[in-house]
Amino acid sequence: MKLKLGSFIVLALLVVITGCSSKGDVKDGDVTIEDRGTGADDGAVASGAAGGTDFSSYSLDDPNSPLSRRVIYFEYDSAEITDADQELLIQHSGYLVANPGQHLTLEGNTDERGSREYNIGLGDQRALSVQRIMELNGVAPEQITVVSYGEEKPAAEGHSDAAWRLNRRVELVY
Amino acid sequence: MSRLVKLLLFVSVLIANPARAALTIEITQGIEGALPIAVVPFGWQGKAAAAPENIAAIITADLNRSGRFEALQDRDLVAHPSTAEQVKFQNWRMVNVDNLVIGQIKETSDGQYSVQFELFDVFRGKRLTGSTFPTGARDLRRVAHHISDLIYETLTGERGAFNTQIAYVTSRGSSKNRTYTLLVADSDGYSPQTILTSKQPLMSPSWSPDARQVAYVSFENKTSEIYIQDVATGSRRKLATFKGINGAPTWSPDGSKLALTLSRDGNPEIYVMNISDGALKRLTTSAAIDTEPVWAPDGKSVVFTSDRGGSAQLYRVSARGGPAQRLTFDGKYNAGADISPDGRKIAMVHGGGGRYRIAVLDLDSGLLRILTDGQLDESPSFSPNGSMIIYATGAGNREVLSAVSVDGRFKQRLSLQAGNVREPVWSPFGK
Repeated sequence: MKLKLGSFIVLALLVVITGCSSKGDVKDGDVTIEDRGTGADDGAVASGAAGGTDFSSYSLDDPNSPLSRRVIYFEYDSAEITDADQELLIQHSGYLVANPGQHLTLEGNTDERGSREYNIGLGDQRALSVQRIMELNGVAPEQITVVSYGEEKPAAEGHSDAAWRLNRRVELVY
Repeated sequence: MSRLVKLLLFVSVLIANPARAALTIEITQGIEGALPIAVVPFGWQGKAAAAPENIAAIITADLNRSGRFEALQDRDLVAHPSTAEQVKFQNWRMVNVDNLVIGQIKETSDGQYSVQFELFDVFRGKRLTGSTFPTGARDLRRVAHHISDLIYETLTGERGAFNTQIAYVTSRGSSKNRTYTLLVADSDGYSPQTILTSKQPLMSPSWSPDARQVAYVSFENKTSEIYIQDVATGSRRKLATFKGINGAPTWSPDGSKLALTLSRDGNPEIYVMNISDGALKRLTTSAAIDTEPVWAPDGKSVVFTSDRGGSAQLYRVSARGGPAQRLTFDGKYNAGADISPDGRKIAMVHGGGGRYRIAVLDLDSGLLRILTDGQLDESPSFSPNGSMIIYATGAGNREVLSAVSVDGRFKQRLSLQAGNVREPVWSPFGK
């Protein structure tokens, strides 16, 4: 619940940011502050979610930035994203919104079990789940490309649970 | 008994010329009651000391590989006739073979040969068939496979599928530097020809009904695209490059259309495309994954995989569209279908108990039968005479190809020297 509210606020903020920056007359920072005030109904939750989350300050090259995490993992035959990964995707979304010229490719992958073209479909669904969250958080559709490799590009070799866990993934490729 | 034991001893059939064999074939489970046959090394008349190909060895390997025959080993051959006049049937009755194959190869001019064979019924002392084929050196193996087909058809009443090909995909290297290759080889694994190499995945080869072209998926442009390629000339055409998935192409029986999977409208759906003008018709509408279409032999319907019911199962839809009918109900995972040439059986990947095996659904009886015993078996493909299914399986840490008879009684493994081999598709007879 907390997370959902949080993401809603972030979404709201980002919509405002994109809306304004396209007009080119208001600084991102001003809008963020102003909007935080208008979200008074949501009280503590709103300020908690927005507190210190200045997405545009993150660097893609900084290994300590949350943006350095660029792999989302999945359960078997599932395209559902965990709450923790939603948080990460919101941070990536913020970066993309702040950098509208930045492009991202979402590469969907699966483990080797089952038939190959079905796994292409499954990898596609995983990447689309990620894309949906990012677009809900204000990322422009043109900024994202989705490609599914199914089981064709395993990150880990081998035929064990450990390898399969690492292979059921979406990679965020900037 | 001894026959079965001999076959179970992992007889390597095709190691005679490993330099030219990308795949070696070993029979891993034999059949009791295979028909005993003797194939005598063919006589040779030519300049060189020996014929350029051992035709009898190729025929022997073919017949053994079918699971229907057990050919005498060379050391058990009681005589070496190469003409009908030299055959003494009582010799062959004594070693209990039902049938005898003899023949000869003549060099008619430089690089040109005439291959002649005869098939006899040993107990009735009767010639059953025979023929003579003129050929160049390059096609000697093909002539040998054709002779195997004639022997097989004469003795079983079913068309032979030895003079056919398989297409398959290999991958070598690790995650940072992989090479994917699409190959076409004779059905015994010999004469492999690379038709495409890429640093990005290659997938889902499918033969045209005349066995002259292959459709496939290539990621060479960092997104999935469907191509069709002429096997002999290598010329190719890009057919589908829509946004999202362009996958799972299969050729319609009349050769004019491809069934394929596209996600251009949001999620994977089955479409039919006219090859000539690219016109599309959408066959499915669901929020689920719909993929892996295969045509019924009459071209009137398409069987595909969908997880619309919560897990991957097989469905059938009319090639003109409309509601889909669910076909599989046993187990939580049934996908990757291939339909037998007579349209009465569907082979599939059947998941259950943490394993993925090849199963066949008999459409007349509705019974599902598991044929294989691997952990990660996939990509079943019927031989064009419907007698065997070739598929991909894990062996140790590698992917190899295996084949199993449709009744599950006879198994063989086809191993590449290195790398992973996958997605075998058996060619049609061709025209």
